[in-house]
Amino acid sequence: MQVENNVIQIRGLKKSYKRMEVLKGVDLNIKKGSIFCLLGSNGAGKTTMVKILATLLKADSGEVILSGCDVKENPEQVRSVISLTGQYAAVDGLLTARENLRMVGRLNHINNVKAKTDQLLREFNLEYAADRPVSTFSGGMRRRLDIAMSLIGNPEIIFLDEPTTGLDPQSRIEMWKIIREMAGAGVTVFLTTQYIEEAEQLANHIAVLHEGIIIAQGSAQELKSKLAGGAVLLGFEDTSSYITAQQVLKGCSYKLNDDTLTIEVATDGSVKQMANLLSNLNGTNIAYLEQKQASLEDVFLTLVAN
Amino acid sequence: MSTQESLCWKTNDHFVMAGRCIRHLTRSLDNLLIVIALPIMMMLLFSSVFGGAIQIGGDENYVNYIVPGILLICIGYSASTTAVSINMDMSQGIIDRFRSMPIAKSAFITGHVIASVFRNIISTTVSILAALVLGFSPKASLTEWLTTILILLLFALAMTYLSTIFGLLAKTPEGAGAFGFFMLFLPYVSSAFVPLETLPKALRLFAEHQPITILIEALRSLFANTSSPFTFEAIIWCSGILIVSAFIAGQIFRRKTV
Repeated sequence: MQVENNVIQIRGLKKSYKRMEVLKGVDLNIKKGSIFCLLGSNGAGKTTMVKILATLLKADSGEVILSGCDVKENPEQVRSVISLTGQYAAVDGLLTARENLRMVGRLNHINNVKAKTDQLLREFNLEYAADRPVSTFSGGMRRRLDIAMSLIGNPEIIFLDEPTTGLDPQSRIEMWKIIREMAGAGVTVFLTTQYIEEAEQLANHIAVLHEGIIIAQGSAQELKSKLAGGAVLLGFEDTSSYITAQQVLKGCSYKLNDDTLTIEVATDGSVKQMANLLSNLNGTNIAYLEQKQASLEDVFLTLVAN
Repeated sequence: MSTQESLCWKTNDHFVMAGRCIRHLTRSLDNLLIVIALPIMMMLLFSSVFGGAIQIGGDENYVNYIVPGILLICIGYSASTTAVSINMDMSQGIIDRFRSMPIAKSAFITGHVIASVFRNIISTTVSILAALVLGFSPKASLTEWLTTILILLLFALAMTYLSTIFGLLAKTPEGAGAFGFFMLFLPYVSSAFVPLETLPKALRLFAEHQPITILIEALRSLFANTSSPFTFEAIIWCSGILIVSAFIAGQIFRRKTV
């Protein structure tokens, strides 16, 4: 992995609150323009990690480099390249959507606040409510405004701490679309979630945080294949092939289904084992073959249980 | 970024924050009530309801007697709402957004302070206008008016920073609001509404030495165009409280936000 591609580099990150060790040495590299997802249960240390990365909290030890700037040495510089959307919508309820955006635009010292505000209101479908106090907004609207406010300063990295918690399914899907569009525009998205489906839907790279350490990481595909216990489902054309196959497979671990004439054979997911299996079965009439993978949920639960 | 440019941005940050807090003022009815209705109600209450019953001796006009006390109550209470707004900001997500942005650290508190001063200017003007309608007849010269404004401004700033401390330390907005009651009642144990001689001994000892009494005596003599040693003392008291509480508030904010 090339170092210059990694817009976020974390080495040996540790943090304790009093005697509670929350982060016990986290290492991560995140590529520019990707969607990274930190997956973990409640209390796994996700928010603590986001707070450290967003300069709100000091780590006890370890190094965090964001877009070339050290978070500890140079927090001011880091703040000018990041944007944070915390767990609770960080919007000002008494102000209107337009006023919220303008305020954050001015605080970000951008030049064309007015034009940028109008553009974001349009892009986030908030034009119709632009001049209403935000306290009258629904949860989904608040979240959209929240993200728009995070984008007005043109950040390189955006931190989203559980962006869809508490949203209805429709707003959640809308939020996913927004997140994909942000990454499409070149923003690196660092996302935390407790929803496995969300990680699977969005992330290029997933890391599972459990009790303060990263217990697994990779793409959703890689994580699934990591879990031994994948299987191949073989469907046969006729009963004789079905019976022959059972004799060939003696010694393997398999599950039969007489009604559908299918056999599910456990594999370790390797190509070699698969090739062996198929060459042994040469001569039987295989109607179809389906690779069955463990779901990300299985992976997560297995990892966390160990 | 040049130093000059950075100074320019820092000033900008303070104004944006102040603008935010001043906007809040126009958006919430409670705030508007405190700023405009409280001074008028206090003036009416004391001049009409208690005015007939309380004897202050001599042929002094009771409205003239109570104006300083009511000004201080209104300023104190209006400044104390800063505690609630700061506490709400601290406990909601918005403070994390501000902290993760490249803005001047002090702008958050200064914004609230500027808004509080703005609020106090309105509420004090309303108080004085109401008093004039009810028969307040100040004899102050221009210098004395300017001194009065200086004392009131220092008092407003001192009380705002003091309530900032409460706002930062309180666990809930309700807790932070309790500071308002303290500010609302402290002036009663002073020479604000009754002559000190009428108080029981222990209370009188406290009342004679608490800064509110000194401020009230100073303002009273300024309005009456008579010289008094209290003016200087009042300025010292206010400046002292202001400097100490601004320093403490700054320290607490720094500690709370790394």
